[in-house]
Amino acid sequence: MIIHNSPALTPLLLLAVAISIPVLAIKKTRAAYPVAMAAALFSLIISFFNLSRVWTGGPFTYNFGGWIPPIGIEYVLDPLSAFVALTVNLVAFFVLWHSQGIMERELPGRAVPYYSLVLLLLCGANGMIMTGDLFNLYVFLEIFSLAGYGLVGIGERQAPVAAFRYLIMGTVGASFYLLGVGFLYIVTGSLNMADVRNILPLVYGNPAVTVGLAMMVIGMGIKMALFPLHSWLPDAYTYAPSTSSALIAPLGTKVAAYVIIRILFFVFDVNYVSRTLSITDIISWLAAIGIIYGSVMAIAQSEMKRMLAYSSVAQIGYIGLGIGMANPFGFIGAVLHILNHAFMKGALFLVAANLRKNSGHSDISRLDASYRKKLPWSMAAFTLAALSMIGLPPTAGFFSKWYLALAAIEKSNWIFLAVILISSLLNAVYFFRILEKVYLIPAESAGKDFLPDAKNGRGSFLGEEEYSLMAPTVVLSFSLLLLGLWNVNIVKGIIQRIIPLGM
Amino acid sequence: MIDFFLGHYIYWAVITLLVIGLYGMILKKNLVKKLIGMTIFQVAIIMFYVASATKWAATVPVLDPVLGAADAVKYISPLQHCLMLTAIVVGVATSGVAFALVIVIYRHYGTLNESELMERMKSS
Repeated sequence: MIIHNSPALTPLLLLAVAISIPVLAIKKTRAAYPVAMAAALFSLIISFFNLSRVWTGGPFTYNFGGWIPPIGIEYVLDPLSAFVALTVNLVAFFVLWHSQGIMERELPGRAVPYYSLVLLLLCGANGMIMTGDLFNLYVFLEIFSLAGYGLVGIGERQAPVAAFRYLIMGTVGASFYLLGVGFLYIVTGSLNMADVRNILPLVYGNPAVTVGLAMMVIGMGIKMALFPLHSWLPDAYTYAPSTSSALIAPLGTKVAAYVIIRILFFVFDVNYVSRTLSITDIISWLAAIGIIYGSVMAIAQSEMKRMLAYSSVAQIGYIGLGIGMANPFGFIGAVLHILNHAFMKGALFLVAANLRKNSGHSDISRLDASYRKKLPWSMAAFTLAALSMIGLPPTAGFFSKWYLALAAIEKSNWIFLAVILISSLLNAVYFFRILEKVYLIPAESAGKDFLPDAKNGRGSFLGEEEYSLMAPTVVLSFSLLLLGLWNVNIVKGIIQRIIPLGM
Repeated sequence: MIDFFLGHYIYWAVITLLVIGLYGMILKKNLVKKLIGMTIFQVAIIMFYVASATKWAATVPVLDPVLGAADAVKYISPLQHCLMLTAIVVGVATSGVAFALVIVIYRHYGTLNESELMERMKSS
């Protein structure tokens, strides 16, 4: 039955389609988009189906080639992996939907390699999320990263340099992870996560285990862009084509954050990482510094994509903070923020892409009141996503910060609480300066550019926006309201079931 | 003390290679030298894995009719070698992507020196 193979379907199908797109599109380049879209839709449906199967029937596994783990590679779908996989596929689907309209301006004639790389990236992400094998994770991590380097590198003039830096840093990260896996394998003799988890309590005293864990966390910290390992991120996000950064920003760092959660709490256990080693304390302090640093740097930027990139460093900090506090509220906050931030950053980068398509730039200093007529829906989407980033209820961003604040209170760590509050204010500073330019200048003083253009046949309802660009942006950003309103269901229904034992 | 170094010499070799690789990646200005550093770094990890597979008085993991299959102690562990075959492939793919990027960078800017590159990026 094909139903029972559902975990293997997504990565394999995405891989197969990614490879066959160049062949299918050899005559007609326009075929690349519908094929890629169909594959993304299919993996979205499968991941939705997987989550519902986990919801009703509990966690299940799939053994590749029929080999029984720990000898064979198994795919594990528990609530955490099913949830993150659905998040990733959902956001990727919307970004892919949006990508067609922007393709001609940003990547003329490169649609075929672009869609092929996107599907490879998705294949890597899905594989990393679902695999239950430490080495298999490394392989998918590299598939994911190599596709990511390609997606960054096909951008504007400076993009190859940014991609090269990303490649060097990313390879060091992946190599550190591989070294860590080597240490763990030498001590435990197994690569299967569940098996390693059972063996580890017997060997916790062994220094090689500590070193292995540290290496894995450092490696994934580079991929996740945890402060001070974030230096590749701003350049890569800024110079990548808008549609690539809209894809990599929500996905890349989130998947690495998921791997850190998986390793810290589901391969090792909470007691060991937070009380014996206090490795989580280090993560949480670095994350707290990163939150403030990223927010301050974001205020200093004058280009929107660069600002969003630094804001990503700060938002990754929230996830790191939640992981680092290692208590149930912190865990809920971190996992919820993986979902929320993927949607928020996706929406914000799509708005930046729309700006570039419409007016050829995304400089904050050149934004003015005319944009609220020209791009009414993009700006509305931007406003909503910005409010969510700042953390105003009932948008989704409020609730993940709320859980993080609860976690800080439960730990009676007032510095973290202050960091969360101050960073919300800093977020407000860098988003409101854009909103102020677009919305708060009265129509009379904005000049005649502001008057609606009568001879332009389009109604004022859409402004100058194209439907294919407007729709995914608006859907992605208005779903933040839904995520906010349904956060109780998400937390109660899914995330509370994931909270690891002993937390 | 000498035992400590000689008894773990392969690990010292690995550590030395790792440090050389990191040095190349961080301190060398030329992008190709950075790539060489990266490759050395990856090779060090491959050596580390392969070294961890060795055993005293054991042979390659290919079925030997004289030794038979009953006693696994007589063969070295094959798993690490298999893993490293994959890792080598991954490393080759990474180098391929990296060299492609280097070629594009050279076409755009006409230099591979990092500090010159920074200047030309700013001026363009």
